[in-house]
Amino acid sequence: MFQYANPTQFTALATTVQPWLVAATAVLFGVGLYMAFFTAPPDYQQGETVRIMFIHVPAAWMALFVYTVMALASAVALIWKHPLADVAAKTAAPIGACFTFLALVTGSLWGKPMWGAWWVWDARLTSMLVLLLLYLGYMALWQTVEEPVRAGRVAAILALVGFVNVPIIKFSVEWWNSLHQPASVFRMDGPTIHPSILTPLLVMALAYTVLFLVLHLAAMRSEILRRRVRAILLARTGA
Amino acid sequence: MTLVWALIRRDLVLAMRQGGGAGMALGFFLVVVVMLPLGLGPDQAMLTRIAPGALWVALLLSVLLSTDRIFQADYEDGALEVMLLGPVPAELIVVAKTAAHWLTTGLPLALAAPLLGIFLNLPADAFAPVVATTLIGSPALSFLGAVGAAITVGVRRGGLLLSILVLPLYVPVLIFGVSAAGAAITGPVSFGTPALILAALSLASIVLCPLAAAAALRVHFR
Repeated sequence: MFQYANPTQFTALATTVQPWLVAATAVLFGVGLYMAFFTAPPDYQQGETVRIMFIHVPAAWMALFVYTVMALASAVALIWKHPLADVAAKTAAPIGACFTFLALVTGSLWGKPMWGAWWVWDARLTSMLVLLLLYLGYMALWQTVEEPVRAGRVAAILALVGFVNVPIIKFSVEWWNSLHQPASVFRMDGPTIHPSILTPLLVMALAYTVLFLVLHLAAMRSEILRRRVRAILLARTGA
Repeated sequence: MTLVWALIRRDLVLAMRQGGGAGMALGFFLVVVVMLPLGLGPDQAMLTRIAPGALWVALLLSVLLSTDRIFQADYEDGALEVMLLGPVPAELIVVAKTAAHWLTTGLPLALAAPLLGIFLNLPADAFAPVVATTLIGSPALSFLGAVGAAITVGVRRGGLLLSILVLPLYVPVLIFGVSAAGAAITGPVSFGTPALILAALSLASIVLCPLAAAAALRVHFR
């Protein structure tokens, strides 16, 4: 873990790996979208509208996954003071916020034909909206505190405090009467979806994950460069 | 332990001498509760239905706006740094200051809530559930606010940022508080279940929030 604490080493690794990840993302999205729109059968009740699921569900999974990554990075930053941990957490937040927003919007577009409403205040939707607010608050905190190390520490505390929302989102459809579909994939008894729909879903989820990796590594490299620029400017004006 | 009591007493005395604590929060609570019927219309039946929720939202906003007082004054004159260097652990300092804040702000607001409910046509048999839920839930509001206050202490425009950070954490408290407060009005949901969950949230926040808030304070004084 500390082998890549050196920003230069990390940047070198990220730059080497990036083209492969971009290629993998393109291939996975190509395959996944083809399967989602052509191979997967239409739902017996929802018809073709069910295909929004292949965009909506992986986006929602990623929203939770990215927050978990952020919370883990924050914990590493606070406990081991790994130099790149708070960079990882800071750069993950905007990506996670975008995934959450995408999940909410695609869910809303799906809900209008299916439930008849753009938005309902049920437990799953409300807790996802709270997740978006947590992401935005986290980003706002980074913007407001000027000194990067101090900002990193308080932001890490905030991320860990907000992590309590992630299990609430996951179990919201079980704990409350929810209009939203209950868990069909990540269940103790295994998935309840037929493979013809489950496989495109998992391919799309993998595509989203690799996309997150691509964006995250690029953002981390940018943040490292941004901090270098800041250090140079401070050295020039300070000393 | 006597030191913790001394801290609480200090904060209570300061709040009473400097004023502005309970008075301003109550004033804001009053203003919000007055604004709501002016904005939503005077239909008595509608007001009765929204009364528990409106009272809780107004209470929540009033507590939120006063939480930056918990650490700000002591941070500015250096007393907080002296306290952190002393024998009392940072977590207990947070507990003491937040407890004093609750006694001077959350508690008066919680007790005033049913009286202000009269403006919202709150029926008399709903007074007891409302005051019970606000009393049970307001410690959670104070302690969650303390986490935000500790994170944003000394930050410019910290008040607004504090609200953005803390409001998502207030959502469960609000949901269960309104659910329990409305038991006398909206019928089927009993008082007991949401009130117990609200009590659990309050107790958990009293224990866990000082850990986060103390960690945040230590960051600021590194």
